[in-house]
Amino acid sequence: MSLRLAARLADRGVDLTLDVAAGETVALLGPNGAGKSTALAVTAGLLVPDEGYVEVAGRPVGRLLPHRRGVALLAQDPLLFPHLTARDNVAFALRAHGVRRGPARDRAHELLELVGVGDLAGRRPSALSGGQAQRVAVARALAADPDVLLLDEPMAALDVAVTPALRRTLREVLADRTALLVTHDALDALLLADRVVVVEAGRVVEEGPTAEVLTRPRSRFAARIAGLDLVAGRWHDGAVETPAGLRVQGLPGDDAPAEGGRAVAVFSPAAVSVFAGDPGGSPRNALPVVVTDLEPYGDRVRVRGHVAADPHTTLAADVTPQAAAELDLVPGARVAFSVKATEVGVHAR
Amino acid sequence: MSPGLPRWLVVPAVVAAAYLLLPLAAMVLRVDWPGFVGLVTSPSARDALWLSVRTSLASTGLCVLLGVPLAAVLARTRFPGQRLLRSLVLLPLVIPPVVGGIALLYTFGRRGLLGGTLEALGAEVAFTTVAVVMAQTFVALPFLVVSTEGALRTAGERYEAVAATLGAPPTMVFRRVTLPLVLPGLLSGTVLAFARSLGEFGATITFAGSLQGTTATLPIQVYLERVADPDAAVALSLVLVVVAVVVIGLTWRTGRGAL
Repeated sequence: MSLRLAARLADRGVDLTLDVAAGETVALLGPNGAGKSTALAVTAGLLVPDEGYVEVAGRPVGRLLPHRRGVALLAQDPLLFPHLTARDNVAFALRAHGVRRGPARDRAHELLELVGVGDLAGRRPSALSGGQAQRVAVARALAADPDVLLLDEPMAALDVAVTPALRRTLREVLADRTALLVTHDALDALLLADRVVVVEAGRVVEEGPTAEVLTRPRSRFAARIAGLDLVAGRWHDGAVETPAGLRVQGLPGDDAPAEGGRAVAVFSPAAVSVFAGDPGGSPRNALPVVVTDLEPYGDRVRVRGHVAADPHTTLAADVTPQAAAELDLVPGARVAFSVKATEVGVHAR
Repeated sequence: MSPGLPRWLVVPAVVAAAYLLLPLAAMVLRVDWPGFVGLVTSPSARDALWLSVRTSLASTGLCVLLGVPLAAVLARTRFPGQRLLRSLVLLPLVIPPVVGGIALLYTFGRRGLLGGTLEALGAEVAFTTVAVVMAQTFVALPFLVVSTEGALRTAGERYEAVAATLGAPPTMVFRRVTLPLVLPGLLSGTVLAFARSLGEFGATITFAGSLQGTTATLPIQVYLERVADPDAAVALSLVLVVVAVVVIGLTWRTGRGAL
């Protein structure tokens, strides 16, 4: 169930190629107007490129109408059919694939249960909240059982309060599906995607495994939205513990990991303070770091380094030029990166 | 009163409203109430009423069958000359109905463009009940096309695109997504088309004539009676006004600004 896409559209200045392996979720990151949604529309068959090809599960579908491509689109706006109940919206996709009325309704119910809105089956879209409607839209897209699922900023229109719960649902849904996810949000990419493709001005400028692109972005856009500090490990006793024994305390959100489960601690380099010795103070995480490089970052200096006990975990901190001078920060210097536990988000992986 | 509205505007506004309503009131005052039931149930009146209802329903049905596809094509496709076609399709809204009747006569009449073909097939339409339906359809079709096309454009294509990516073939999308979405606009267009058919006079009398029971619809009957039997003309007119009021009530309920 792989996806191969190449599309050139002269009037939109888009010329890109991308592959998604079977079972893989790829996040398409990029600024507005970069061509991300164009890539989805070409894949879905809603837009015809000047040149290119679309292959779904090894089958060329570029000349087929949208309904024959085995591709379902989940947009920012749920676009539930307003005249149908939640259940009938989901059943629509099943009926479109020839499932009979009775079994379609039963299966629709199951899918609504799966995404956590089974109790809302009889409601019209006008009686659903944004988050509920998007869950129904997820169930509807799953009902089509697509070879490739396309997601166009599925959480952008939602209240921040409901985003984590929907993200968790999407994680479950996307676990073994082939999917292409357009997003602005580094956290979405981190938690949902195996791989990231960054698009700028219609061209692919960077691609690679998610954690790599987000922690050491090479493209301008990825650097602006990402440049996050990530520490991956297992959740033990209120902290993310790396195999090397490093512990980072943080606040689990709605998608909290289970005790002993895979987890990632995420924080911004701006939240990190740099100290010459042990900073002290109980609520702080103090991570011994060896500085590897420094670079100007706006009116700050971005200090990069790797954890002393674990050279594979690289971290960044933003400090003022004065602080950098006072601390005598040079490559090779041994310092402590300190971040308050309240500044660290913890997510299940 | 809105602060931006000049007070003097109220005067011409009242004149306009009175101008529209006073003639109707005058006509109602002129109705011969004791003879009313007899006048609207006379054989000629019953023939005209029954003919009007039958032909208007038939032409409304034709308008839906032909107008919805035309509206869909105009709203959902792009081809050279489309804007011109849309303008021309609306022409029957603005040309005098009698001109429409002449045009139909020179298309489907015995010596018309298609008259020879029709005659060869053994069909003669001019001055028959079929001609009444054709004349009504000609003048009413644009109403249905305009309101349905407007509703299609307002609804947009996003729901249809999603339905297609969910695997629904075009016919299923049209039937289960497009039509339900434009139903209010389609209903108000249908009601308007019915009203226009019911009131049709000029094209009908030109193309179909005024034979009692065959082509003399209610408006034509009113026109024929107005000198010989003014009381009957007024009584039948009132029937048409009542139907019009009901129609406006229906569009107001279902349409909500579809036209």
